[in-house]
This record gives sequence, C-alpha cells and structure tokens, in this order.
Amino acid sequence: MRLHEIAHVEDVDRQLIGRVARTALAAGRADSFLLIENDAPSVDPAGYLGILAFGDASVVAGTPIARGLRHLGYLDDGDVVAVDPNGFVRVLYRRASRHNFILVTEQCNSLCLMCSQPPKAIDDSHRLAEHLRLIDLIDPLTEELGITGGEPTLLRDGFLQLIARCRERLPATALHVLTNGRLFFYRTFAEKLGAIAHPDLVLGIPLYSDIDTHHDHIVQASGAFEQTVIGLQNLDRYDVRVEIRVVLHALSIPRLPQLANFIARNFPFASHIALMGLEMFGLVHKNLNQLWIDPADYQQELREAAGILVNAGMNVSIYNHQLCVLDRRLWPLARKSISDWKNVYLPECDGCDALDRCGGFFQSGTRIRSAHIHPLNTSGGRAV
Amino acid sequence: MSGYGLMPFRFARFDDARTIVVNEAGEHHFLANEDLSRLVMHELPGGDETFLDLKAKHFLFDSDSLAPFELLATKIRSKKAFLDGFTSLHIFVISLRCEHSCHYCQVSRVSSDRRRYDMSEETARRALDLAFRSPAPRLKIELQGGEPLLHFERVSQIVEEAEHRAEEQDREVEVVVTSNLAMLDDDMLAFFRDHGVSLSTSIDGPEELHNANRPRPGNDSHAKAIDGIRRAREALGHDRVAALMTATRASLQCPEAIVSEYVRLGFSSIFLRPLSPYGFALRSVRTTGYSMREFLDFYVRALDAILTVNRNGTYLAETYAQLLLTRMLTPFATGYVDLQSPAGAGIGAVVYNYDGDVYASDESRMLAEMGDTRFRLGNVQSDSYEAIFGGETLRKIVAASVAESIPGCADCAFLPWCGADPVHHYATTGDVVPHIPGSDFHEKNFFIFKHLLSLYERDPAIRRIFWSWIRNEAVQSEEVA
Repeated sequence: MRLHEIAHVEDVDRQLIGRVARTALAAGRADSFLLIENDAPSVDPAGYLGILAFGDASVVAGTPIARGLRHLGYLDDGDVVAVDPNGFVRVLYRRASRHNFILVTEQCNSLCLMCSQPPKAIDDSHRLAEHLRLIDLIDPLTEELGITGGEPTLLRDGFLQLIARCRERLPATALHVLTNGRLFFYRTFAEKLGAIAHPDLVLGIPLYSDIDTHHDHIVQASGAFEQTVIGLQNLDRYDVRVEIRVVLHALSIPRLPQLANFIARNFPFASHIALMGLEMFGLVHKNLNQLWIDPADYQQELREAAGILVNAGMNVSIYNHQLCVLDRRLWPLARKSISDWKNVYLPECDGCDALDRCGGFFQSGTRIRSAHIHPLNTSGGRAV
Repeated sequence: MSGYGLMPFRFARFDDARTIVVNEAGEHHFLANEDLSRLVMHELPGGDETFLDLKAKHFLFDSDSLAPFELLATKIRSKKAFLDGFTSLHIFVISLRCEHSCHYCQVSRVSSDRRRYDMSEETARRALDLAFRSPAPRLKIELQGGEPLLHFERVSQIVEEAEHRAEEQDREVEVVVTSNLAMLDDDMLAFFRDHGVSLSTSIDGPEELHNANRPRPGNDSHAKAIDGIRRAREALGHDRVAALMTATRASLQCPEAIVSEYVRLGFSSIFLRPLSPYGFALRSVRTTGYSMREFLDFYVRALDAILTVNRNGTYLAETYAQLLLTRMLTPFATGYVDLQSPAGAGIGAVVYNYDGDVYASDESRMLAEMGDTRFRLGNVQSDSYEAIFGGETLRKIVAASVAESIPGCADCAFLPWCGADPVHHYATTGDVVPHIPGSDFHEKNFFIFKHLLSLYERDPAIRRIFWSWIRNEAVQSEEVA
C-alpha cells in the first residue's frame, strides 16, 4: 500500500493538511479535501480546503486541487492528507488502520546498527506545526496512535507540546511513543512529561544489553546506556508508563537471559517487554555480518529469557517471528506485529496451516531469512 | 578509571565448590570459590562472563557512569519500602477468653468473667483513635483473642466504627477476624459478609492431631473448624478464609498428613509455623516442644510434600517460603513484622490488649502475661499517640533490631533477606540483641534460605513452582518458564 504519490496541483501555494471527504459535507468544509473519483464533480466545491481528484477534473479557479491521483484510491472519510505546493501528496492518517503514527523527526542522537529508518542530519523541527495540525484532524475515536522518529524527544518542548495536544484533542486514543529514552536522563524533562498526565501513554524504549559498553556499541553512542537506564527510572518516578523493547540479533542474543534478569530486577515497573526479531531494512544490511543470526539458532536463549520474565510476572511479547522457527512453547507469547501494509508470506509457506496466526515477513525483508522456514501442520505434523 | 571497584556485598561458602555473594539489594550470584578471591583481589579479567555477570548485578563497577549507583540505590530504597507509612497492622485483643485450651496457646483463659477479660467499648474506641492516627495509607485491623467471637458485640462495634472512620478519611481499611470458628453463627457471617470482613483460622492437620493439639469441651475442634470454613466460604467467598498451622511435637511425625489435610480442605496456602517460645507455650515445652533442628527436619519434609502437590497440578504455597523467595528473587519490599530490619514491632504492627495496654507485638503482650512488661508501650486511656509511638520504649526496640548493626548479622550473606526480632531474642535469651551462634532464630532462617536456594538451583520444575508462589498464581505458561 502506497502512502504517497505525486499529483498535478493548482492553486496550492502552501502546504495544505485536511481530512478526506468522499461525500459532501454540510459543515467543516474548511478542514476537508473533497475527493472526486470521476471527472465531473456532482457537488459544489465551494468552501472546501481543496479537491483531491482521481480523474482530470476541472473546478472553479481559485480552489486548490491535486489531480491525476492513481494510487490513493483507498482514501476514505476521515483520513488525513497533506498536499505540498510541489504536488507531493502524503497520507498522514488512515482512519481504518490500527497502525497510524506520526514521524516526528528524522533526526536521532543514536545510530543503531540495525536501524530500520536511518536518521538524517536535517533540521526538520519546522514540521512540528504539521504534526500539531494533524492531531487536530485525527478522529477522536482512533484507538491507537504511534509517535516515532528518528528520536521524537529531540524536539524537547515540541515533543511535550505534541503529547499535551494529544491529551487535549485525543483523550481516548492510546499513545505509543518510540524513543531511546536518553533525554529522560534529565529529570526535569521526565517530570514535565509526567505532569502532562496523559491518560494512556506508553513509551517504548529499547534496551539491548545489561552491559553498558555492549548497549552503547549496538546503538553507536557512547553513554547511551547510562542515559537510557536512568531515563527509565526517571519516567517511573513521574508515573510515565514504559515498555522495554529488545531487538534480537547476534550482539544481543549471547546475554539475553542476563538482560531479562537485569530488566526484572531494575525495571519491574515496565508494563510490557517486547522481544523483537530483526527487521531487514535500513542499516541492518550494512551491518549484517555483525548482526545476523538465524532465529532457529537462538531459541534456547530466547526461551530462557522469556521464562525469566514470565516467571517474574512481567508482560512479555515476541514480535517479528515466523512460527515455524519459534519454539512451540513460546507460541503463546508470539504476536502478529507486522503492520498490515508490510507483511507477506513466502512460497515456502504454501500448505502451512498456521498462517493465520503467523506474523509472516516484512515485505521488504524476505531475502535474508532463516534457513528453517517450512510449512507447519499444527494438527499433529512436523515437530519444530 | 582503570580496573574496577567493588560495590557493597556479603558472602558465604555455599557448598564445597561455590560461594554465594549477595549484594546490598538482595541480588545473589554463585561464584566458584577461587573467583571470589580473584574478585576481591581485583584480578577478574574484564571480558570474563563472571565479570560481566557481577557488573550487571551491581557487585562491581568499572567506569565513572552514574548508572550502577543510581540503579543500586533505587533497588535498596525499594527493598526498604516496607518502612513507608509506618504502622499499618493494628491488632485488637477483643477478649482473653476462649473455650479452647490449646497446649501451645500463649495466653488465653477459659473463663466466664467477662468484666475482667473483655475489651471495653471505650478501650476499643480509644484504640481506634490511635490506629487512625497512623500515617499508613492502608490500615489492616486484626481482631483476635482469646476467641473474639465470644465478645461479638465488640467485634461489630470495631468493624462498624472502623468502616465509618475509613469513609470519613477516605482511607482503605481491611478487617480480619482470627477465630477458631467454633462459635461462628449465621448472624455473624451475615455481618462479616455485609462489611467485607475476612477470616483467619487454625487447622493443625488431620482430625486426630488437630483435636489433640486444640482441646475443647466435646473434643470437636476439627469438626467445628471445618464446618465453619465451609459456611464462611459459602457466605464470604472461597478466598476470604485462610488457615494456618502450629507444629507440636506430635505434628513433627506427620508432615505429609498435614499437607494432605490442607489440600483436602481446598486451601491455596499453608503456613508451617514452629511453636512460639512464649507464654504458656514455654511452660509446656516438655510435652509439646522440640528443638529447632527437629522443626527444620519437619519443615523440609513438609515442603517436599507441598512441592509434590504442586507438581501434580494443585496450587499450594508455603507462606514462609513464599515470603523469603519474594525477598530473594524479586526487587520488591516485603514487610513481615517478625523478620525485617528494623523489626516491625510497633512500627509495622501494634497490639491493643483487652485492658487497653499497647504492646509492640503479640509476643510482647504474651511476655507481659508472664509478668514482664518491658515491651509495653503505654495504655490507650492514659497515653497519647506521640508517647506510645514516639516514646523511649519503642525507640529502643527499633534501635536494637537493625540487623545491619547486630554482631553476626552485619556480615551475614543472607542479611538483605533477613531481619531481627528483639522480642523473640529477649524471650529466648534475655537480651534484645541476639547471640547468633546459639540463636534458634538464626538457625531457622539461615537453614531455610540455604534450603530454598538449593531446591531452586537443582530443579527447573521447582523453580517454576517457587515463581508461581511469588506471583501468587497457579503456573500459567508452564512450558515457557
């Protein structure tokens, strides 16, 4: 599913952000793009923010229009779209999806060896206004919204503004923030986030080792471990819920059980522990020789670590694993976590009767994969 | 920095080859004996797995990072969190009268002299005044005796007044009545149901043993208790009735039968308790008593039987092991007035006796019944909250019970899991500070710590069971763990 394309625009002299309206609106036109499927609009475009047209519609001069769209046919009422003066049309929010997120910034203060979205050293802090506008337009009935980056906390006060705006406009929407947590080393920053008192906020924070130098190597940032672990403590101090995320690869596997123990002892307040298979995009390819380990070869460590956490009463999930290479005793912890627009299955999966429970593969990450992918017959077939 | 520094820890030889090290926050690690020497001589190589394990568990540090100190400090603070809130358990001795005449009972009287042995309305009210002065966010009120149901009028008064005050102050108050259940009638049950009161009772084991330990007219204590448990479960809910046992000399012979009785009665926990060295119990030591060694043999056999029950799919936790394991294996604080440092006497729990005297613990008032009132903190009629809870008597008790400063405890590997009980030490040796080499208190706890560790190390199935006790829930993801 494509989330952007180039259109022909007229009368778009600044970035426009608005909701999609497939049917004529009586109210709220100024916030909405009217979406036109065929050439001739049967409605009066007056008062709309603009027009999104799949054909070659011509409308009243002076009304902004993006025409010639071909790939965004799935757009529906309540979705949010941005149209730039250069014709770039981006889908910022899909009301029907459970995987909406705001990419706050592409900057980051770490450079993880396996980063799936390598950061860019550009100042994109001006996008804060766009994000705040998006929050105003998102359907308040949205169940969940992601806040991601880059490193979203690099916006400092801007980050706090975003969370505060979500609390104000989307009080019923669960917020899930992906952050390395390093800036919460500074207690006042954690305190300010806590003071917003968002009713349903979780910060997903990666921790890759119980040993500082190992973690710092994986995230390619000296001192990151110290900042993250003290950040985790500060967040708990100010009642901000945290989730700890561990990406499994050749550098994190050897001490995975010890890391589990470290988490259970030092961060028992974590609301969730996610043990995640490697996503095969971004920097991972460049660092593959350091990172790759066949999931079939780390089941013992994974099982031991998961056991320690489960014993300790922690809430554990395993993400991004194909069931055929996951120890069957771990299946109760496995989640179908891959976003709906990027998971696929392979020819080797043909005939497998566990596909409906299996996360499958990332669309762009099927080339490097376990050598042990095979169809399952869960009603008494081949043992894992 | 170059090399590494040591963080505070204690150690003990565990077996021929291994030493156990325990840090200030109660995290432990097993070392080969020679690695302990290398560790303290600063000779452990930096990349070594043992080095990394000890670093991650905060036994050593090798950089200027704040992280290990911050994390360790937080863990130590968490472990002592049982001190937060001050006195939370308030025990009311409703009446000294009881229709049972148990051999091991410390203080009860078979008597019909209500005026002499029952708590008065005014005393109860004053005691409640004191209880509600406690800063503890959640109060637990335990009504015991003697047999409190013999003086139900006082029980109902306290429950209703406590409820009223809790509502006024927007505080949580939990009420537990400790009773042999023989006198439990339907009106009482309805009252308990209406006011959310839980019950705690005694089951010593199978009928014959129980009745031998707990004589009453008609010799029907067991039948009465079981009938009471059944009716109370129906009226209040299965989990609102708990039981505990006291081991007598006769009990030592049949740990398996005692465990089976708890399973048969559908309990999810059993508390294996030795006799207290107090009150009448001390006098009847020849008929009911035994050495700590004998008790520990019993404990080991009973624990084996309990583990077998769990292995066969029935959840049954041993309460003392559950407490100690939580201390040993988790970062959480566990207050237990008889085993914490400083002790919980007065600052974790307090006893309001039927006559209004206030004691630092149940054991303190038992000593008083024998004529030694040294742990009497005051009286509800004549002394203020400040005088009772801030007075010299309580300060001395607390100061004497800081295990970190007790010779023999201060350098014990198991100190972070243990504690002191000055009243017990005084009752058994005449000194509030224990003499560790001859202490039954030390013998019991040191042995049980080691025994639990050995079991935990030996068998993954036992590990799963222990963790299920810590979580207080039946084994769920059995296969994962």
